[in-house]
Amino acid sequence: MFNLTVNGEAHTVDVDADKPLLWVLRENLKLTGTKFGCGLAQCGACTVHIDGSPMRSCITPISLADGKSITTIEGIAPEQEPHPVQQAWLDHQVPQCGYCQSGQIMSAVALLQATPSPSDAQIDAAMKGNICRCGMYGRIKGAIKTAAGQAVAKPTLFDPATDKATV
Amino acid sequence: MSKLTRRAFIATGLLAGGGIALGIAIRPDSDTKKFAELLDKQDSPEGILVNAWLKIRPDNSISVILPHVEMGQGAHTALAMMMADELDADWSTVSIEQAPAHEAYSTYHVAREFLLPSQVPEILEDTVNGAFLQIAKQMSLQITGGSFSIRSTGERTMRVYGATARQLFVQAAAQQWDVPEAELTVDNSMVIHEASGRREPFVSFAAAIANQRGEIRPKLKTPEQYKLMGKPIARLDAPAKVNGTATFGVDVELPDMLYATIQHTPVFGTKVKSYDEAGIRQLKGVEKVVNLGNAVAVIADSYWTAKKAIPLLNIQYTTPDTIEETSQAIFAKQSKVLDEVDAGGESENDFDIGEGLAAFKDAESTLDVEYRLPILAHACMEPMNCTAMVVPDSSAIEVWGGFQNGLRVRNHMVKALGFDKDKVKINTTYLGGGFGRRSTTDYPDQAARLAQAVPGRPVKLIWPREEDTRQDVYRTQSIGRFRAALNNERQPIAWESLYVDKNEPQEASTLPYAIPNQYGHFVQAPSHVPFGPWRSVDHTQHAFFIESFIDELANEAGEDPYQFRRKLLKDLPRDVAVLDRVASMSNWDQPLPANHGRGIAIHEAFGTKVAEVVEVAVTGAKLDIKKVYCCADPGFAVHPDGFKAQMESGIIYGLTAAVYGDIQIESGAVKQSNFHDYKMLRMHEAPDIEIEIINSGANLGGGGEPSTPPVSPALVNAIFNATGKRLRELPVSKVFNSFA
Repeated sequence: MFNLTVNGEAHTVDVDADKPLLWVLRENLKLTGTKFGCGLAQCGACTVHIDGSPMRSCITPISLADGKSITTIEGIAPEQEPHPVQQAWLDHQVPQCGYCQSGQIMSAVALLQATPSPSDAQIDAAMKGNICRCGMYGRIKGAIKTAAGQAVAKPTLFDPATDKATV
Repeated sequence: MSKLTRRAFIATGLLAGGGIALGIAIRPDSDTKKFAELLDKQDSPEGILVNAWLKIRPDNSISVILPHVEMGQGAHTALAMMMADELDADWSTVSIEQAPAHEAYSTYHVAREFLLPSQVPEILEDTVNGAFLQIAKQMSLQITGGSFSIRSTGERTMRVYGATARQLFVQAAAQQWDVPEAELTVDNSMVIHEASGRREPFVSFAAAIANQRGEIRPKLKTPEQYKLMGKPIARLDAPAKVNGTATFGVDVELPDMLYATIQHTPVFGTKVKSYDEAGIRQLKGVEKVVNLGNAVAVIADSYWTAKKAIPLLNIQYTTPDTIEETSQAIFAKQSKVLDEVDAGGESENDFDIGEGLAAFKDAESTLDVEYRLPILAHACMEPMNCTAMVVPDSSAIEVWGGFQNGLRVRNHMVKALGFDKDKVKINTTYLGGGFGRRSTTDYPDQAARLAQAVPGRPVKLIWPREEDTRQDVYRTQSIGRFRAALNNERQPIAWESLYVDKNEPQEASTLPYAIPNQYGHFVQAPSHVPFGPWRSVDHTQHAFFIESFIDELANEAGEDPYQFRRKLLKDLPRDVAVLDRVASMSNWDQPLPANHGRGIAIHEAFGTKVAEVVEVAVTGAKLDIKKVYCCADPGFAVHPDGFKAQMESGIIYGLTAAVYGDIQIESGAVKQSNFHDYKMLRMHEAPDIEIEIINSGANLGGGGEPSTPPVSPALVNAIFNATGKRLRELPVSKVFNSFA
């Protein structure tokens, strides 16, 4: 039996001690926003926050998460009120296939919590563990800067309802 | 064929609650009642097709039903825009439904584009559509690939049926209000009569048009009338993809579900000889071990349990028949086959222009080089997975997953596994990357067979990353030998391409350059490594060969590689335009610091012309890819920000392969396994990318693939420019060991 708090909610799970947190989240708690990519902490798709720090849940046995507070993509903001990082992702139209984006966003949120106005080198260092096979690195970097309040070029999007471009 | 009108055969019907479904009928006498019955006799050449592409719901909101899947390429949003624009719909009410995997939604236009790439005379169009629909059915095509969705389904289906629906509403309103059609306008899903101030939503005409049948010739918009097409509109799938709610195949969760994982025989073509379940008796949660012939799968209460069971099974494999044991041996075999051709042996003709090979007799000198390209895996972010459930004691199956050709999956369930055609239901989710990998039936076949082993319970099969890397269908390795005859001014007068293995598309190997004599030929020399379409298919190797070789020829001639290409492309205005634009974007004429270099390449794939410039800095064994400039002409970018994103995506995909991509065969099996030894470009290694689009007005080209082919030659051309060293083999990590 392991006790953990996920997105503010207490859970007790009865699973093998070596079962990775990723599969506990996905199978036992049905929180499928956190993705399986490699199982070896090589791609970052499974990134969650454990007591506030970004961790690869695919190699974190549940025994190490016992008693900890976990935040997943589902827990960073209410569905209808995007987190500033999620809003920046929308502003930059980051997702293509979208599969890696939960992990990317969790890494970015952690980066900005620790370093509110990161340099390019700090962004690279924090994000290089997250692979995006759709190659949206430029947009991800731009979105992080937008979320940090830095001036950066964004795609100009057109809103058909107002017949106007939104910048 | 006129750009402004296209013929559409319609069938409309009322939905429960008062909405409308607008459908497509291949023949004017189509009757919805015959639909199911006729599909049972699908070999009948008189097949009638009626089904919906568009639904208008009772609240006047709109569903666009799409036969193509969303794997990141943005086709859902762009296709919906095409329908909604012609319909003058209220975009804020538009949503998307994934069409079922069913003959009625065969992407027959895709088949037609593959088989008859040129425009079809209008008079033949109906016949051709009918004939090709039959072909598409037989070929089980419901493909998302070939960069075809927008230019084919979008142009020929979405726009046509959007405009058709608009016209039906106008006709119905004119009749009800007793006013001339010419006095009516449509805006935001409302029909408007300005003079009388009447405005009614589409859905209020539902009853009036519910039984419309027959032919209609909708007038399509001209570009200056577009309200949505050509505008950067936010993607419809983006919100769910930033909050974790988007459902991919791996996310399918069903009551009472079991989980499974798999271990294939490492060497392609071999079988499972034996395994021993004794080792897993202590493991709690294992439901069943299933021998799938070329793989063993474990069904359990968790992926993790199944994963732990695999190594305990002591699986033994059969010994392979004669195969090439290593990548080097495969190259040696290819080399031998090409040597035989060079010694006068047989080859298959690819193209023969002017005097072809005979022109080599006039050569003052020749340039003769060989290029080698490695095996590449797709490495989708989402490993292969599929969920299936078999209804106990019946021939019914339901399947969930991400499939680039859902209809092929459905037909596989019928033909290979014996399920009843009318009892196979395929549910297609978002795809966590496709790139060609998800057009096969291997992983759904496995999930179905596992489901047969535990009837009544859904089974989710997830491949570990290692299996995804080692059991792909690959961009196979190849050798290209390229020769040119030069005159006394060191200009090319003849060109020869000789290479191994030709797949799709046919034109990938042809060159745009005005060299008077050209001869292309090839030999098929497949190895035991399975081939599959890899983002842009044959364009990947041929752009590398051709654009490397033309760069070498520019160097032989002592000319600037941009100007040399431009001279040989001068009669192709779209080529010249993208080339000129990318040269200006990249400040081609401005000098670079020491150790820096620029390389240029141009290639057309799937109707889109793309020119790219890569800028690098080289210090010893360190390669810094600083910037990529790209100018693309797709004719018209329907969803320009999505198109740009796809150009960026294809560039990183191509650069990843050029820098790192190298699947190696050892003892007949793939050596690499996961992202530590099959590396991907990461943020700190990725260059800045600048994209410009030229809307030339040419026929629409594709977006998902065309930026990938030119980037690898542009990279090696840049390295040559920086160092004087010509790399004729990829990946460049064979030479450089540090990237930034």
